[in-house]
Parts: sequence; C-alpha cells; structure tokens
Amino acid sequence: MLLGLDGDAPAYRLLLSQLGGRLRAYFERCMRDAPGDVEDLVQETLMAVHTRRATYDRAQPFTPWAFALARYKLIDYWRRRRIRVTVPLDDDVEILAAYAPDPGSTLDLGRALDTLPERQRDLVRGVKIDGLSLAEAGARAGVSEGAAKVALHRALKSLRERMRGRADG
Amino acid sequence: MRTDDLIDQLATAPRAIPGGAVQRRLVGVAGAGALAALVLVLAWLHTRADLAQAMTGRMFWMKASYTALLAIAGFWALERLARPDGAPRRALTFGAAVLTLFLVAGLTQGVLSEPDQRMAMLRGDSWTVCARNILMLALPGLAATLLVLRGMAPTRPTLTGFAAGAFAGGVAATVYGLHCGESTMVFVGVWYTLGVLGTGALGALLGRWVLKW
Repeated sequence: MLLGLDGDAPAYRLLLSQLGGRLRAYFERCMRDAPGDVEDLVQETLMAVHTRRATYDRAQPFTPWAFALARYKLIDYWRRRRIRVTVPLDDDVEILAAYAPDPGSTLDLGRALDTLPERQRDLVRGVKIDGLSLAEAGARAGVSEGAAKVALHRALKSLRERMRGRADG
Repeated sequence: MRTDDLIDQLATAPRAIPGGAVQRRLVGVAGAGALAALVLVLAWLHTRADLAQAMTGRMFWMKASYTALLAIAGFWALERLARPDGAPRRALTFGAAVLTLFLVAGLTQGVLSEPDQRMAMLRGDSWTVCARNILMLALPGLAATLLVLRGMAPTRPTLTGFAAGAFAGGVAATVYGLHCGESTMVFVGVWYTLGVLGTGALGALLGRWVLKW
C-alpha cells in the first residue's frame, strides 16, 4: 500500500487484486443469503479503497483499515436492503487469523516485528517462524530457557496489541 | 464490469498521495474558515473600538485560548474520525476537559462576585446575540469542513458532524473575539460555549445527511 500511495502502479495493482480476493471471501461469508451481490460489494469496496486512500495512516497496519471500509459498505448495503443483522465487531480479527499467510499481512507483521527490541524479535522469529524450541532459541539469543519464555510472552503480547491496530491517537 | 477490469482501471497510473494528507486538508479548511469569519467580522460586525488596547489585556487572550483549544480538540477528533478505523476517544476527552476547565472558571468567578453583579456579568452587553453571531461566523467553515470530510471515510456521521461543528465553531469564536468586548469568564463560559456547542449540534444534524458515501 505504501508503494501504491507513492504511485507505484504494479505494486498497487497487486495489492488491489489480493485485497479483492480476501474481500470476496469476507462478503461471501457475511452474505450467504445474497451471493449475487457479493461481487458488487467487492467492487464498491475497492473503489472506496482507491478514492479514499488518503485516509490511510501510513503508521498503521493496512488490513484493519481496508476491512473497516468493507464493514461500512456491508452495513450500508444491509441498511439499503432493510435487513437487520448484528455485525460482530471483532470480525476482522477473525479474518486476519483465517487468511494470515498472504503478502499483505506478512508485511504488516514484518513492520510490527520491527518495533520490538532486537532480542525479543529474534526469539519470536526463532520459535514462531523458524520452529525452534524455547531452549534452542534461548541458547541462540544467549539467555536461559525460562528467561526466553518470559521474553517471548512479552513480545507476543506487544505484537498482539500492535496488530490489533486501533488507531487511537 | 468485471472486478479485474476495475482493478486494471484503478491501478493505471495511480496519483501519489503524500503522507499527512488528512491533516493538511483540515488545516486548509481551518484557514479558509478563519478567513471567512474574519471577512464577516470586518464587513458585518466591525472590530471592537478598543481592539489595540484590549490586545494587551489578559482577558482577550484568555477568550482566544479557550476557543482555540476547542478548535484544536475538534481538529484532533476529526483527524481520527475521518478514517474508517480511527478511535476519537482521547480527542473527545481532551475537548471535554477544556470545556469543564473553563466552565468551572466561569462558575467560580460567578460565585465569588457580588450577588447583584452576577446577572450583569452573565448578560454583559451582548448576551442576546453572542451565540448566534458565533454560529453565523462558523457557517462557511462548517460547510467547507463537511465538504472535505465527504471525500474522506468517516464511519460515524453524527459524531463526525458534531466534531466538525465544534472545530468550525471554535475557529469562528476565536475570530469573533476581535469584535466582542465582553470580558468576564462568566459570560465567555456560558455564551461562547453555547455558540460553539450550537455549531456542533448543527454539524451533528447535517452530518447524518451529508456524511454518507
């Protein structure tokens, strides 16, 4: 998205098409009763992402912003159709979990990781991404297994807060 | 139209958007709103006769800082509310704190003064027109703010409209200080506050209709 904001057309096209796929999955899940309208909403949301991209805060993760637009479009659609459904507020957290392995959120995760202190970052990489045990990762970082466990816990907690991405400022 | 075609169309030479675009647009609106209010003061209300002397006094700047702080709270809230995922809580808390501080200051001054003075302080010379004048001065700025917000992505139209009104009202009330010769905290705490909140209420009402996208 950052490249897209700078006017990089190929990167922007890639972002939009990946986002389109995830939006389609999101709307299909929320609109089982009207599958014919899913594509309309995907297109409406992509248009909104494009025309309102100035409201994306570069310091924040991209995914929550895009899905906040999608949720607004979905509620608007329901309002127009006079259907009343409760929208679970934490929906986009589920979406994040369900479609985690894609370049968009890997990028968000990478940026969130970069905000951690170096030792914590190495521990998270070692245990959660490279699949080492706590003892192995601890040895690599030069700390005991117990200390590694505590540090990893703290790191995951701050990552979680970061990825939740509520832009209160 | 197929979604892939739409994406192709959107991604053809996208215009670069520099960082801080929201802030810059809001600052631009504040400038335009202040200018419009200034023109209205000069052409319609005229500046107070003792302006040069008043500007050396404490009360002149006290009034200006109250309304300017309200405008800043509105700016801050809008900077959050213009984004679909923005949480305005801190900005609204700040605005409420400013409001409370000056209301308490006005109340204290009222309580501490002589009982037969109180009504005179509350009414001043212009209590019938003060809030209305602020609202009138704020209208151009409010219209411009709502127009700019339409191009952004507010998802809470009523609250965003209220913040837009408080923002435009704060700017206009600051400019109104050039005309208004009232100099008690009691007066400012009541009528200036009413003027700004009245603009906020108007903004909230309009926001429900205007801020849809």
